[in-house]
Amino acid sequence: MPEGVAPDLPPATTATAPMARLRGVSRRFGSVQALDGVSFDVQAGEIVGIIGRSGAGKSSLIRCLNGLERPDHGAVEINGEDITRLNERALRLLRRRIGMIFQHFNLLSAKTVARNVALPLRIDGRPRAERDRRVAELLDLVGLSGKADAYPAQLSGGQKQRVGIARALAASPSLLLSDEATSALDPETTRSILALLREINQRFGLTIVFITHDMAVVRALADRVLVLDQGRVVEQGTVRDVFASPQAAVTRSLLRASGVDGEGGAHDARDH
Amino acid sequence: MTPAIISLLIRSTWETLVMTAAAGLISFALGLPLGLLLVATGRDGIAPNRVVNSVLGAAVNGFRSVPFIILLVALIPVTRLIAGTSIGTTAAIVPLSIACIPYYGRIAEVSLREVDRGLIEAVRAMGGSRWSIVREVLIPEALPGLVAGFTVTLITLIGASAMAGAIGAGGLGDLAIRYGYQRFETGVMIAVVAVLIVLVCGLQFLGDRLVRRLDHRA
Repeated sequence: MPEGVAPDLPPATTATAPMARLRGVSRRFGSVQALDGVSFDVQAGEIVGIIGRSGAGKSSLIRCLNGLERPDHGAVEINGEDITRLNERALRLLRRRIGMIFQHFNLLSAKTVARNVALPLRIDGRPRAERDRRVAELLDLVGLSGKADAYPAQLSGGQKQRVGIARALAASPSLLLSDEATSALDPETTRSILALLREINQRFGLTIVFITHDMAVVRALADRVLVLDQGRVVEQGTVRDVFASPQAAVTRSLLRASGVDGEGGAHDARDH
Repeated sequence: MTPAIISLLIRSTWETLVMTAAAGLISFALGLPLGLLLVATGRDGIAPNRVVNSVLGAAVNGFRSVPFIILLVALIPVTRLIAGTSIGTTAAIVPLSIACIPYYGRIAEVSLREVDRGLIEAVRAMGGSRWSIVREVLIPEALPGLVAGFTVTLITLIGASAMAGAIGAGGLGDLAIRYGYQRFETGVMIAVVAVLIVLVCGLQFLGDRLVRRLDHRA
């Protein structure tokens, strides 16, 4: 990682540590063990897909990465720093460097598109001129320059998610978390959103961690995949390997459910 | 109706409007923070606090279960302390406000609670503080409901201010009782009711229009 990318971190750890590292992360809700000793690394610049059935612990897992969820046990390191030890104030500063997009977009209905995109910058206390410039750049990037003054309710689902992506990128994060970002979209819109995420990953070297229940999304977007079942990582590897020879029963059933098999991969988003 | 009665009607309408507007503004200014506190300290709130939540909830329920006419009399010492007198239009603003703050607090609470939790999570995920959540999410997203609830509150206040006639507050209710009821002047009664209908309909119309302008959800 070039110097100056994360100037507020000690260089010794910046040089060696992965972007994100989970070690033995467990989280319990009442009688449900949502996460049970989860460990994995995310390298800078890669796209990692986490797949599992509903209730497999995906949501809790991705929320551990920006401290929205605190694990009961285990460590969550972001750029070498264990964020489970941070207080709420330090966590807020950390979250400003991590973007997040959501299944239901979570756009503020009372704010225009431009003001939604500007919100992370407002929260970060950036000056008006910088916000305006950045909002124009980002709306251009996601192809919604003409919609700056529209309200979210006037947009289609795909447009809403583009606004969500622009907003997540506003504060120039190094990590983007995606919580079922395409699950509420039709197949064609899904393809275009996945292509946009791929493009952002390649142009800006943005690390992406996403959760999904759909193997087709994993194949189109991920470099590496983790299969989660009952709070445990039951399989992980490159997309190519996992699709070619799935080991866990859950993986095979997820592959069948998504109607994708080990062959092909010709209609990847990365071909666009 | 004689010119004297007409000028009395105008004066009473003015008194009712003054009481309603003043108590309405005070109820909004203090009821909205109360509603925010109730939502924020609730179990799934942004600052859960059982003790604060139960104490506030009990206080609100307590005030709301006392009939206004009794509150009006019981609060006379408090009214005297704040307004310097317990009689008249200005004095009536005190008990009206005290009765109405918990009322609007509950109404605000309902609107604030309906704000989509995903929006709060989105702002938390971008590193927003609790104050950011209040300022950027809770209040703007709940605003149509907060305004609609304020309209309801103002209309309730018009009704309640009629009872304040019991402590010599004046207003339309007072006029209706003294002239319309006690002196059997049916014309006055009808005139008062007509003015009240116009006031209520006008307020509701303005409130609805404002809500439509503020609401970008559909």
